[in-house]
Amino acid sequence: MNRPTLAVWKFTSCDGCQLTLLDCEDELLAVAEAVEIRHFPEATRKDLPGPFDVSLVEGSISTPREVERIKRIREESGLLVAIGACATSGGIQALRNFADLREFQRIVYPHPEFLASLEHVTPIATHVDVDYELRGCPIDKRQLVGLLSALLKGRRPDLPKGSVCNDCKRRGVTCLLVEGREPCLGPITQAGCGAICPSYGRGCYGCFGPSGSTRPEALIPVLRGAGLDDPGIVRMLRTYNAAAPQTAAVSTELEGAGDDA
Amino acid sequence: MLFDHPPPEVIDRAGLDQLVKLLRADGYTVIGPTVRGDAIVLAELANGADLPDGIGVDTDAGRYRLRRRGDRAVFNHSAGPQSWKQFVHPPRQRLDGPETVHRYAFLGTRPCDLAALAVLDGVLGAAPHPDERYLARRDEIFVVAVNCVEPGSTCFCASMGIGPKADRGYDLVLTERTGHEHRFLISAGSVAGEEMMDRLSHRRASGGEIAAGLQALDDAADSMGRTMPEVDLRGLLVRARRSDHWEEVANRCLACANCTMVCPTCFCTTVEDTTDLEGDHAERWQRWGSCFDPDFSFVHGGPVRETVGSRYRQWMSHKLSTWYDQFGTSGCVGCGRCIAWCPAGIDLTAEAAALAEKEEAP
Ligand code: SF4
Ligand code: SF4
Ligand code: SF4
Repeated sequence: MNRPTLAVWKFTSCDGCQLTLLDCEDELLAVAEAVEIRHFPEATRKDLPGPFDVSLVEGSISTPREVERIKRIREESGLLVAIGACATSGGIQALRNFADLREFQRIVYPHPEFLASLEHVTPIATHVDVDYELRGCPIDKRQLVGLLSALLKGRRPDLPKGSVCNDCKRRGVTCLLVEGREPCLGPITQAGCGAICPSYGRGCYGCFGPSGSTRPEALIPVLRGAGLDDPGIVRMLRTYNAAAPQTAAVSTELEGAGDDA
Repeated sequence: MLFDHPPPEVIDRAGLDQLVKLLRADGYTVIGPTVRGDAIVLAELANGADLPDGIGVDTDAGRYRLRRRGDRAVFNHSAGPQSWKQFVHPPRQRLDGPETVHRYAFLGTRPCDLAALAVLDGVLGAAPHPDERYLARRDEIFVVAVNCVEPGSTCFCASMGIGPKADRGYDLVLTERTGHEHRFLISAGSVAGEEMMDRLSHRRASGGEIAAGLQALDDAADSMGRTMPEVDLRGLLVRARRSDHWEEVANRCLACANCTMVCPTCFCTTVEDTTDLEGDHAERWQRWGSCFDPDFSFVHGGPVRETVGSRYRQWMSHKLSTWYDQFGTSGCVGCGRCIAWCPAGIDLTAEAAALAEKEEAP
């Protein structure tokens, strides 16, 4: 029987999510046996042509060439899975969506005229249809292996949409916000990490991005109550998933209110 | 208010430690309140010294703080972040494999939580489709209840017709008395409880001690930090289906699901299958679900309850109203956990009062 084919692609990103696949030490051999890896530059020099049954796509779309490339990959792929904060919301580099790109270019590069960058950084789904998204900076290893196992069996992967608080409570962690210990983005962040940070007494900083079902606006008074000022809240909302529309709207409004004052 | 017959006996603090020791010797995993980090959680007690010693709590909507008390009380702290639900209806469980059933002894179960266990019995344990795993866990439990002499500021069990005195569902019940002598009034509520009493060093309670204990419980009933409005809650929620109040709550609600997770009676779950990469091993897992999760009401085409307002309405209406239709009781026992552990400080009693007020003056 022919094994399903897998490709792993990189766009504007740090490679950390691809590395999560390599970090699957215990499962890696099983993955390599279950699928035929045809393109995965981080792991192998082998570069075989498509079509691919599954493409894992890391990184955001930041240049005109990437816009073309992702379209080609979409055409060659059966299922396309966007992996990581960059691919699902734009990632850290999307912070430039809130600033003046030309100014950055002038400061950093002696010859900015050679650069071809898009004005805004966008997630994969802005350009092509995406079948599944794995959130996180980086993605969660269990979710990745779970997704691959599910796709291999033609099963719907288990990718919960609710808040991190769900997992926090299920594992018996007591609430940092209510105990007044740390500001926490758990209530508005999509579950999937297993509430790692709260379980170590650290507030969730939202690396899985906003959960589509929760309400970031309602967290503003809570974070103020936890001792953050508005610029602090804007900073907290603008890290790995700054450009995710839900939180971007809130951080932009907060910033605007600050400018008016 | 009367104590059950026969009249209570008295054990001292060492007697409580002895109780833990005897339960453990009988093969029970003793679960009780214990300080972990900045909260009092429910976990296994190796001995009586693991109980909170002189630690109280200050709670309010969206707020919980430990504080040192002026006495050595071990049970005078209101309902914490966790409930006994996690032991009888665990947050995650594998459904298609064998499971080790613990023989639990619950030490320090409050009247609200006894009521919550009874509610769960009615939901998960009732015919015609009882959850056999639930019944197996529930069967084995030895319950040492604690009457509440010091309700917290988020407590309102009295207005739900429940506490602060336990009336059934326990093997032993304690009433903690601090003051010049730290001691516990103790009575049995079952044969197993009576047998345990015989093995504990105890003495007869004096008339004064019994009267003082009763008085403390009477006072406690009047010192609940919160109350439900004295209206027909069941009818109120039915009539409020189209109230504009739900959207008002939605402005404050995060839809984070903490309220459902901490509620000792919220029982909903979701089931997911896992397979391994080789494809020769599959498991079926159940985990706590929540009506605040959009997946919860997801049917073909999208979630039935799209808005946060509709999800909060579902939750509150189920707790206070449709639970009667479904199970014949209230789904809320007045423990106040959803109030204290809501990061946004949304208060079920205040929302009920607001609905009642809006109905009066539309
Ligand atoms: S610690 Fe954070 S993630 Fe956990 S329940 Fe509290 S707010 Fe939610
Ligand atoms: S009522 Fe509070 S705990 Fe419940 S979902 Fe809303 S914000 Fe979260
Ligand atoms: S609804 Fe709130 S007060 Fe009522 S039983 Fe549940 S957690 Fe306790």
